[in-house]
Amino acid sequence: MKFIDEYRDGEKARPIIEEIHRLADRPVRLMEVCGTHTASIARYALRKALPETIELISGPGCPVCVTSNRDLDKAISLARIPGAAVATFGDMVRVPGSDSSLALERASGRDVRVVYSPLDGLKIAEEKPHLKVIFLGVGFETTAPTVAATALEARNRGLKNFFIFSAHKTVPKALKALLDLGEIKLDGFLLPGHVSTIIGSRPYEFLAEQHGLACVISGFEPLDILQSVLMLVRQAKSRRPRVEIQYKRGVKPEGNPKALEVMDQAFEPADVEWRGLGWIPGTGLTLREEFGDLDASRAFDIRVPLAKETNGCRCGDVLRGLIRPEGCGLFARVCTPENPLGPCMVSFEGSCAAAYKYGS
Amino acid sequence: MNRASNVPRHPDIILLAHGSGGELSHELVTSLFVKAFHNHFLDPLDDGAVLEVEGQRWAFTTDSYVVTPVFFPGGDIGKLAVCGTVNDLSMSGAKPLFLSAGFIIEEGFPLASLQTIVDSMQKTAMEAGVEIVTGDTKVVNRGGADGIFINTAGIGRIPGGVKISGSLARPGDRVLLSGSIGDHGVAILSSREGLQFSTTLQSDCAPLNGLVAAMLEVSKEIRCLRDPTRGGLSSTLNELARQSGVGIWVEEDRIPVKEEVQGACELLGFDPLILANEGKLVAIVAAGAAEMILRRMKAHPQGRDAAIIGEVREEPKGKVILRTRIGLARIMDMMVGEPLPRIC
Amino acid sequence: MCVAIPARIKSIEGLTADVEVGGVSRKISVQLTPEVHKDDYVLVHAGFAIQVVDEQEARETLKLFEELGALETE
Repeated sequence: MKFIDEYRDGEKARPIIEEIHRLADRPVRLMEVCGTHTASIARYALRKALPETIELISGPGCPVCVTSNRDLDKAISLARIPGAAVATFGDMVRVPGSDSSLALERASGRDVRVVYSPLDGLKIAEEKPHLKVIFLGVGFETTAPTVAATALEARNRGLKNFFIFSAHKTVPKALKALLDLGEIKLDGFLLPGHVSTIIGSRPYEFLAEQHGLACVISGFEPLDILQSVLMLVRQAKSRRPRVEIQYKRGVKPEGNPKALEVMDQAFEPADVEWRGLGWIPGTGLTLREEFGDLDASRAFDIRVPLAKETNGCRCGDVLRGLIRPEGCGLFARVCTPENPLGPCMVSFEGSCAAAYKYGS
Repeated sequence: MNRASNVPRHPDIILLAHGSGGELSHELVTSLFVKAFHNHFLDPLDDGAVLEVEGQRWAFTTDSYVVTPVFFPGGDIGKLAVCGTVNDLSMSGAKPLFLSAGFIIEEGFPLASLQTIVDSMQKTAMEAGVEIVTGDTKVVNRGGADGIFINTAGIGRIPGGVKISGSLARPGDRVLLSGSIGDHGVAILSSREGLQFSTTLQSDCAPLNGLVAAMLEVSKEIRCLRDPTRGGLSSTLNELARQSGVGIWVEEDRIPVKEEVQGACELLGFDPLILANEGKLVAIVAAGAAEMILRRMKAHPQGRDAAIIGEVREEPKGKVILRTRIGLARIMDMMVGEPLPRIC
Repeated sequence: MCVAIPARIKSIEGLTADVEVGGVSRKISVQLTPEVHKDDYVLVHAGFAIQVVDEQEARETLKLFEELGALETE
């Protein structure tokens, strides 16, 4: 497949790996903040290729993992509304909330449908006017514009039975909040490729300018990631931190202005709760007043009891990069992919799922 | 034991995931069914039971077919039902002889569709050289059966000198795959409402008894045979590794995957290793016989794209290791839950 | 958090395009990339094109890999 296979060429990986080994003569701590990077690194066993001097830490980059129990409980309570159908991305189906999950709700007879695109949710609403279709919006800036576009389309078509429950979040301010916690010492960031496709490179400049961190916006194929690590090591050594784009075929410095415009039309920033990071002002996306009639949190009375956190679950610490999955007492003993206690284990991109599935 | 989460560890209901062939299915079978029924015919958990009656060995198996949609590119539920059971018998090294067919049909199901399915079953049965000798029909209320469910059971005769079981893989053996993976899974997904992608890909649904007979003609040093249906190649390799208590090492770039399967998987976020196959088999054979068996497979219509994809080692016991196309190795885990399209 | 893959645009009708990857086709929205043309490659995420693939840059990136390889053998 074009623009995919070429970046998976094992032959070409070797010289990059050798060069990384040659240059990384002292410790370099890098954080990757994109669940798809976590998954790709694990799937291709890329940590094995890197020298011991390079530590690649997983951060809060999995939008499923950072969705709070409260939001999950709300989504579940929406599924329990008579006449409602929750349309969701597959990623969210098995994530456990306080007492249940969307998968368990479906097993108990509620209408929960997996869709590939928010437009598929719209289609269901059009075809079944008697159903209240509630689309569960999860994802960062890569996904938010697609949901925003869907909201605009729902408007255009005059649909009265389509709603959006937004748990969308944005990345750059969250990275600032993470650094402000002062818990971890980093040399650089492997930045999310597709979020950057939308927002460009400018929103990250404060990381280099104010925090002196090396930054590379990386693609997702193994060669992309290896090259990005090489670029990060070079930056860290040169002591000239800046924001570089490795994923040039997919990211322009200005991002995708049209997508940003559409996102801005439908959504506005809000203060939201991140699992593991707590409340971070301005990092959520909520539907604007003009789209209030599409907003599930306004259209439905969703009242949930205080969310219950799982005893001993350390997803929060994993997401902040404080511990590796193996550092959680529940990992692989009680918390496994078939019995996940926290989102880091059930999400395809969760650090714990990746660590468990792909092993060492 | 302290309940660490409020979400039930063993919910007291059956979930869809229990039927998809991965970890949860395996757990249900071992901790519920085998525990209740256990006997030395059942416990090995091979595709079929091997029964010895008056010096002659027979394989006996059963399978139920609940696929939706009932008609899909390259086949239908009837063809699937015959092939599935013929193949399970073949995986014991048996020559399939007789099948039963039980139908559970939803009221309102079109007679014309039923005719098409039954004709398809007879056509496939003739192709495989088996006869459908007994059956049953039940009709249930609307909503009770997703159109139609079919159960088939089958009996086959195991020739002398043939000893094939999932527990017989030994370090040094080679792992062979008869062709490309994921074809059936993608064909089914493409015809399901909701994912809306189009492809010319067809299900690989086919009887494998001819291929198995051809392989046994050139060598009896075939230790294990299994068809990677639900749960895909990864579940099958994991089952074999566990049953035999060995480590199975495979090379990613030796596993044949059609470009269309790759494309669909990339688009929707699926993994070809966990998608169902209905006309492929995995064979674990003695190292010395591998090339010879491979040649014979490639000469057979069901084995044209056959390949040696890996080998068996002592360690890690019960696990499968994949050497990725980048050259680094990682564990190949069994699928958990059902395959779902994802954005992350 | 973003499974998005390069797919080729086979045809466009209004704000909907038919794309293909590896021989598999799907209809997607180009609302977010209205400037696309037939035969462009776009990154597809959740049923939308989110960016046009810059083919020149793609080639440059591949060249960088090659150059590193060549350096190694000098």
